[in-house]
Amino acid sequence: MSATAATKEIQPATSGFGGLQAKSSAALSANARVAIRNLDFFYGDNRALKAINLDLPDRQVTGMIGPSGCGKSTLLRVLNRMYSLYPGQRATGEVLMDGQNIIGPDVETNELRSKIGMVFQKPTPFPMTIYENIAFGVRLHEKLPKAKMDERVEWALSRAAIWGEVKDRLHTSALGLSGGQQQRLCIARSIAVRPEVILLDEPTSALDPISTSKIEELIDELKRDFTIAIVTHNMQQAARCADQVAFFYLGELVEVAPAAQLFTAPRHPKTQEYITGRFG
Amino acid sequence: MSATTADGLAHAPARDQEVARALGRRRRLVDALVRWLCIGATAIGLFFLASLLFTLFWRGLAALDWTVLTKEFEPTTYGDETAPKGGLSHAIVGTLIHTVLATLIGTPIGLLVGTYLAEYARGSALGNAVRFVSDVLLSAPSILIGLFVYQLVVLPLGGFSGWAGVVALAIIVIPVVVRTTEDMLQLIPNTLREAVIALGAPKWKMITLVCYRAAISGIATGILLAVARIAGETAPLLLTSFGNSVMSLDLGSAMASLPIAIYQQANSGFPDLIAIAWSGALLVTLGVLAINIVARVLLRRRR
Repeated sequence: MSATAATKEIQPATSGFGGLQAKSSAALSANARVAIRNLDFFYGDNRALKAINLDLPDRQVTGMIGPSGCGKSTLLRVLNRMYSLYPGQRATGEVLMDGQNIIGPDVETNELRSKIGMVFQKPTPFPMTIYENIAFGVRLHEKLPKAKMDERVEWALSRAAIWGEVKDRLHTSALGLSGGQQQRLCIARSIAVRPEVILLDEPTSALDPISTSKIEELIDELKRDFTIAIVTHNMQQAARCADQVAFFYLGELVEVAPAAQLFTAPRHPKTQEYITGRFG
Repeated sequence: MSATTADGLAHAPARDQEVARALGRRRRLVDALVRWLCIGATAIGLFFLASLLFTLFWRGLAALDWTVLTKEFEPTTYGDETAPKGGLSHAIVGTLIHTVLATLIGTPIGLLVGTYLAEYARGSALGNAVRFVSDVLLSAPSILIGLFVYQLVVLPLGGFSGWAGVVALAIIVIPVVVRTTEDMLQLIPNTLREAVIALGAPKWKMITLVCYRAAISGIATGILLAVARIAGETAPLLLTSFGNSVMSLDLGSAMASLPIAIYQQANSGFPDLIAIAWSGALLVTLGVLAINIVARVLLRRRR
């Protein structure tokens, strides 16, 4: 019995959501949900990512840190094919999920994005009610009767730790929520689609400290069911939330290690310099 | 005046107080001059606007009564109190028909072109060309549009018709709606678009379900401004729907409209008809004013 199969038996819970079981693949290490292999990324002629190799372990949080322009956000935008919206941007190499190369040309991007959700730096509530914000994403991929939809909306809002604050105003505009609430709403909207992977692009950089700590608690809670990648400028946040941390510099992945190790005993001198605040 | 102080360190040279004072005086003078020029120009503009509105209300209200709103055109009474007095009902109905139909035809086309420019053709050569043509059309003299429709519709159909007027006005609506639709869609932050796409939505759903909703009040404002514009257009109707002195709901033949009725009756030389023209002008102005106020309220709510 392979290592992959063994891991799956110990942790059977997740795939109920996405309905997609990871197939064992030679390229996937034992518990990698997403495996990035030799990935290059170009904005026109500018090579923004250079030969990246990184695994996102199943139901763990991968923190991505590095100075501005190092390519960490670019990497997130590769993972859900956001870059495909813009002509002139292209990726080469492999990003493997369920044995499929998700940056390949014949990938159904809308379906992929239902499996890999994304939350942005600035909260992006849609100009509709709170309920409609959540139901919007669900309707794109499923046809649910009203009662089931109500259930799903409550489930998603509860998982995003905002149900208690909004349950009495579900049918009012989402634009009336505070910034922190809006961001949790956006997280709820992403998980309502029941993805397997959630990408968080500096999700707290526009929020106050209390909202930030709520989101961080939420991330801890969500990793029981979801594989999470979070880009952050805040090293304390990476240390608090992430299981493994990847340090990027000038488009290269300098070092990836368990959070405790990367912040206390970095192997690479560049990492050492960055985490001690000597540049960045 | 020395640039070096007693401790030998180099400092910026001290300011020449005389020069500074002279500069300050000059600056205050220019400031006052510019301010009074601006105030003066505003006063001139406001004076003419106020005098125009005053005259319009003065003369317009004098003849505005139930007869004007309900009766069709009648020839001049020559001061005879017993002769039937005419009204503008035919022109009011005509203008409503023209405006509503032209808006119904022009709006969807303008909306789709604006959507194309903002969502599909950003930076593309074709997009830039379409935007340029649309902007030219926006500022084209409206008599040219009348002439164009005269060639396109009136001559082939063999006569003036309400439809021809509707087509001409619709052509005026299109570039106005194109411009506001594009502008309003471009105000939507790209992150909102990406957030919709990130949920796995196809682009057309992103546009119709989220972008339109985010831009709705701005787009509605643009449509209302287009309505206000065509409600008062005269030149394109002269060569298309021509005008009519009786109530007609038949779009296949010549049709009355307020601007044309004003033009014809004001030109008649008879005081009673001129008075009716004034009240027609007042009606158009009040209608356009109402539409503009609604548009402003909508736009404000958006912010």
